[in-house]
Amino acid sequence: MRDLAFRVAVALLVVFVVVALIGPYFMEHDPLRGSLRARLDPPAWLPGGTWDYPLGTDRLGRDILSRIVSGARISLAVCALVIAIAGTVGTVVGTFSGYMGGMTDRVIMRVVDLALSFPVILLALLLGAISGPSFANIVIVISLVLWSQYARMARGETLRVKNEDYVDLARTSGLGHARIISRHILPNIAPSLIVVATLQVGVVIVLEASLSFLGVGVPPPNPSWGSMVSEGRSYVVTAWWVAMFPGLAILFVVMAVNIVGDHLTDRLNPALRGRGGA
Amino acid sequence: MPAKLILIRLVEAFFALLLMSLVVFLLSRITGDPVALLLGDNATEADKVAMIRELGLDQSLAAQYWHFLANALQGDFGRSVAAGREPALDLVLSRLPASLSLAAVALASTMLVGIVLGVLAAVTHGTAADVGIRLIALIGQSVPSFWLGIVLIYLVAVQWGLLPTSGYGGPAHYVLPAATLGLFTLAAITRLVRASMLDALGSEYVKLARIKGISEAAVIWRHALSNSLIPVVTFMGTFFATMITGAVVVETVFAWPGIGRLAYESILSRDFPVIQAVVLVITALFILANLLVDFLYLAIDPRMREKG
Repeated sequence: MRDLAFRVAVALLVVFVVVALIGPYFMEHDPLRGSLRARLDPPAWLPGGTWDYPLGTDRLGRDILSRIVSGARISLAVCALVIAIAGTVGTVVGTFSGYMGGMTDRVIMRVVDLALSFPVILLALLLGAISGPSFANIVIVISLVLWSQYARMARGETLRVKNEDYVDLARTSGLGHARIISRHILPNIAPSLIVVATLQVGVVIVLEASLSFLGVGVPPPNPSWGSMVSEGRSYVVTAWWVAMFPGLAILFVVMAVNIVGDHLTDRLNPALRGRGGA
Repeated sequence: MPAKLILIRLVEAFFALLLMSLVVFLLSRITGDPVALLLGDNATEADKVAMIRELGLDQSLAAQYWHFLANALQGDFGRSVAAGREPALDLVLSRLPASLSLAAVALASTMLVGIVLGVLAAVTHGTAADVGIRLIALIGQSVPSFWLGIVLIYLVAVQWGLLPTSGYGGPAHYVLPAATLGLFTLAAITRLVRASMLDALGSEYVKLARIKGISEAAVIWRHALSNSLIPVVTFMGTFFATMITGAVVVETVFAWPGIGRLAYESILSRDFPVIQAVVLVITALFILANLLVDFLYLAIDPRMREKG
C-alpha cells in the first residue's frame, strides 16, 4: 500500500518534470495569446466545450491546458533555483556553525532561530512588494525565507557526526578544516539534507503560488499557477474551471512531493518520523 | 532554576523584537520615496522640504531609527497614508479582534478534531479507516489555502447556499474561513497524535494498565493520550505561527477584516506606517505565543525544570 502510493507519487513527479521541460513545445495554443471568440469556454466534456480547448479557456480566451503546462515550467524553475540557492547557503552556514561550535555557533543559531520564527508569508510579501514582482525577485525572496531550515538541519547533523571517530582520525592525520568538512562531514549529512530539500519542494510550490496569487509573485501575463487561480477567482460562479484546474495541478504535485518526502524520511532517518512538512 | 530560564527567554524575546523593528525600519527606508508618495505630483519644492523636515528624513539613519523606536514604544507609528489618516496602531488594534477570534476558533476546533482523528487512526492502525484519515492529513498538508478557500466558497456557499460566502459576522461566517485556516494544522496535529499514540500504545505503562484490567477506552483516552499530547503542546507555537501566516491569505480570500488582510492591503498600497505597526504587532504576537509555550512546557514537564 505504502509502496504503491510511493510509486504513483514518483510517477506523477516524473510526469510533472517532463511536462515542465518539453510540454510547452507540444501545445497547440500560445499560453499568452487568447482568442476573443473563445472567452470563458467550458471544458470539453461540458455543453458548449470543444476538444480544441480540453480544459476550457479563461477570460481572455487563452487555453487553460497550455497555461497549466507553461505554469509547470515556472514552478519547476522556481523550485530548482530556490533549493539550489537556499540549500547551498543554509548548508554552508549550518555546517560552519556546527563545526566551529562555541560563541560563533551560538550567535549564528540565534540569527537562524530568528529567521525561523518570523511569519514566512509576511516577510515574503514585504520583500516582494518592495522589490516588485519579477521572476528573479520571487526566487530571491523565497530563498531568503527558507535558507534557515537547511541551516538548522545542517548544524544539527554536523554536531552529530563531528565527534565520530572518522572525523577525529581525519583531524589527527592533519587534514585542514575545509577538507574535513567537504570530505568527511558533508557526505554524511547529505541524506538528511536531501529529505529537507524534498519536503521543501512542496513548500516552495505553495509559497510561490500564494505570492503570485497575492500579486507579488511572478508577474502577469506569465501563467503561474497561483496567478491563474487569482484570475479565476472573480469568475468562480460563472466559470469555475478557470480557478479549479491550476489549483488541482498544485494539489497533485504537492501531494506527490509530500508522499515521496515522507517515504524518504522514513527510509533515511527514522528518528524524524512524523515531523516533516511544517 | 526556572527563574533564570524565564529571564533568559524574556531577554531573548526582547532582542528578537528589537532586531525585527530594525529590519522593518530599514526595509521601509530603502524602498521608494515616501515624500513623493505622500504629496503626489503637484507638490512644490517647498512642500517637499517641509515634508522631509516633518518626517525627519533630513537626519541620519541612526537618528531616524532612534526616533522611530522611541515613538513606537509609546504606541506612535505615525498615521496611515490612506484616506482618513488614522493613527497606524489604532488601525491595527481595531482589526485585531477579528483575527484573534478567527485564529482561536480555528485552533480550538483544529485541536479537537485533530486529536480525535489522530487517536482513531492509531487505534485502527492499518485498516481502511487509518488509510482514510491519513489521506485527509496528506491532502490537508498539500492543498494551497487560497485555492481551498475559493473552492469552499464556490461549493458550500454559492452552489449549496449553506453558508455566507465571505465577510465578518455571526457564527456562520466563521465556518469556512476557520476550516480553510485550520486544515493544514489539522493535518499536522493528526499526524503528530497518530505517531505518538502508536508509540504510547506499544509502551510498558499501557501494557501494565491493560493487565490491571482497566477498560480499553480508559487506556486509550486517559493513559495513552495524556502522554501523546506533549508533542502537540511543543508545536503549539508553530501552529499559532501557521495560523497568523495563513491569515494573510485566508482573510484576503474571505474579505475578513483582520490584521492579515490589513497587512496585505498596506503592503500593496505601500502604507509604511501601517506596515511597520502591523508587522511588529504580528511579530510580538508570535514571540508571545512562543514564550507561553515555553512556560507551559516548563510547567508540564518536570524534567525541563531541573535543567538550566
